[in-house]
Amino acid sequence: MKNVLLICRKELNSYFASPIAYLLMAFFGLIFGFGFYTATRDMVRFSFMAQMQGQMQPQNVNDAIIKPLLGFASTVALFLIPMITMRTFAEEKRTGTIELLMTSPVRDIDIILGKWLGAMLLYLCVLAMSMINIAMLFAWGKPDLKPVLVAYLGLILQGGCLLAIGTFISTTTRNQIVAGGVTFFVCLLLWLLSWFTAFDSSATGSVVNYLSIVTHFENFSKGVIDSKDAVFYLSMIFFCLFLTHRAFESLRWRA
Amino acid sequence: MIKVEGLTKRYARTVAVDNISFEVEKGQIVGFLGPNGAGKTTTMRVLTCFLPPSSGTANVAGFDVLENPMEVKKRIGYLPETPPLYPEMEVDEYLHFVGKLKGIPSGEIRRRVDEVTGRCAIGDVRKKLIGKLSKGYRQRVGLAQAIIHNPDVLILDEPTSGLDPKQIIEIREMLKSLAGEHTIILSTHILSEVEHSCERVIIISQGKLVAIDSVTNLTNRLRGSEAVAVEVEPADGHPSPVEVQQRLEQVSGVSRVVMKDSKNGRINFEVESLQGRSVRADLARSVVQSGWNLSELRAVGLSLEDIFLQLTAAEQKEETKQKEEVKVEEGVKQ
Ligand SMILES: Nc1ncnc2c1ncn2[C@@H]1O[C@H](COP(=O)(O)OP(=O)(O)O)[C@@H](O)[C@H]1O
Ligand SMILES: [Mg+2]
Repeated sequence: MKNVLLICRKELNSYFASPIAYLLMAFFGLIFGFGFYTATRDMVRFSFMAQMQGQMQPQNVNDAIIKPLLGFASTVALFLIPMITMRTFAEEKRTGTIELLMTSPVRDIDIILGKWLGAMLLYLCVLAMSMINIAMLFAWGKPDLKPVLVAYLGLILQGGCLLAIGTFISTTTRNQIVAGGVTFFVCLLLWLLSWFTAFDSSATGSVVNYLSIVTHFENFSKGVIDSKDAVFYLSMIFFCLFLTHRAFESLRWRA
Repeated sequence: MIKVEGLTKRYARTVAVDNISFEVEKGQIVGFLGPNGAGKTTTMRVLTCFLPPSSGTANVAGFDVLENPMEVKKRIGYLPETPPLYPEMEVDEYLHFVGKLKGIPSGEIRRRVDEVTGRCAIGDVRKKLIGKLSKGYRQRVGLAQAIIHNPDVLILDEPTSGLDPKQIIEIREMLKSLAGEHTIILSTHILSEVEHSCERVIIISQGKLVAIDSVTNLTNRLRGSEAVAVEVEPADGHPSPVEVQQRLEQVSGVSRVVMKDSKNGRINFEVESLQGRSVRADLARSVVQSGWNLSELRAVGLSLEDIFLQLTAAEQKEETKQKEEVKVEEGVKQ
């Protein structure tokens, strides 16, 4: 555990020593802010019109703003993931520092968990940028807290999955651009799959739908924790980290 | 301290290390000598538990690299061919990180970092980013990293390659100062490196063991045979280069004459002597007596390839001699 934290801290330090961490946070903050602006503007306009027509039913902030906005955030995050994971192992393989890690008295699994945890923490920092806007809603309105927390939980779980996939892909190459490109492609594919299978009720459609990481976010965004989704995400993270471990071992055999 | 038996490492297509066995005693400093591609790095990677052997065993401080890698790793300090540095870290930060990685208790790290920065003369760059350091400093930070946990065994892969002569001397001095406390294996493809730093030498070529010997024995075996560069300027453009070459070959003690090039009427040769023969005086006399001008005569060191040729040739000669003796004995019996 000590070693996991050691590697994790080293990862975080190197993320924040380069512009990449700040760029990702700024980029996500801007995009999310823009989404927030359009969503609130539309809502204000809409409820103004509703009032003019004499319908006094107030609109729900959760449904009108927070839910679509966090759904949007999950899509944006999908495309930031490759930039977080691409260098994890590929860069260490290229510069040879992997030789230091692999000849030190730490277990392979500690290295992998440390790397993944570091990526996870950076991802949390990026997500945190969205909280500025969400906090404004809490300051001015009275949205329900619980669905917001559930949606964030979904974002974290989905991110954990994709980060594990990206980490795995990064162990298979020494070129971080290739690692990032392939991860981006996989994320894109998952995103497209969730669109195609949304209207497909055949057996294969539902299997693909089940495996598509994005569709499991649906329930979370509605504020519902379905244990099926949570189990899916957790086992997916476990499986991908297991794959990473195997790939790591085969590094030794092929080197 | 280190015991390697029948070690073989195969990659997909090549056999990088082929059935090597050797032992290194505690406190020794051993040179691992071989040309590029000989399998030095591969052997070191097996010893450091980075690569598993294809067959055979390697033992460090009594622990097998396959069965007990954690114990082996604790006792080894390793400087790979390119030092494993993180350019975005400061030297101090990096050494702290490696110290923790090697399992030094957190109370002692400060002291260890102070000690190795002093030893490796990097005290003045402790607060600098590693990415901004010169090659010589990087190598020293790499060395500091390898000794931070005070390991029993130090494995250094070409520690002086790519450094300038002054830096090479500095690294050599550091190695000498480390020699007493640690068992050291260092690899190199330069013969003089071994002469300077090592007590014993293990020579490998194309994955195979060629010789294990003390450095004094080895240099004795090789001493005497020398290579000489000769430049001859035959008067009036005649005789032909071939004629000159033949005349040089006739000088007693010469084993081989190679013509390097000839231009502007000057012909360059490289002459190798038999073991234990100094031929420079005789060469000079022969050229002058033939009425030619001797424009240069200079000893050049034997290249590593020449040494391998000589070593392997010597062994082959012995083998054939033994075989002949056996044949003679058999003949006598019949
Ligand atoms: N990862 C690898 N995959 C395939 N072949 C390799 C690999 N590493 C080294 N080799 C081959 O193994 C042989 C020995 O290499 P190496 O141990 O690096 O030699 P040295 O360090 O003495 O120069 C070379 O022929 C090299 O091409
Ligand atoms: Mg090498």
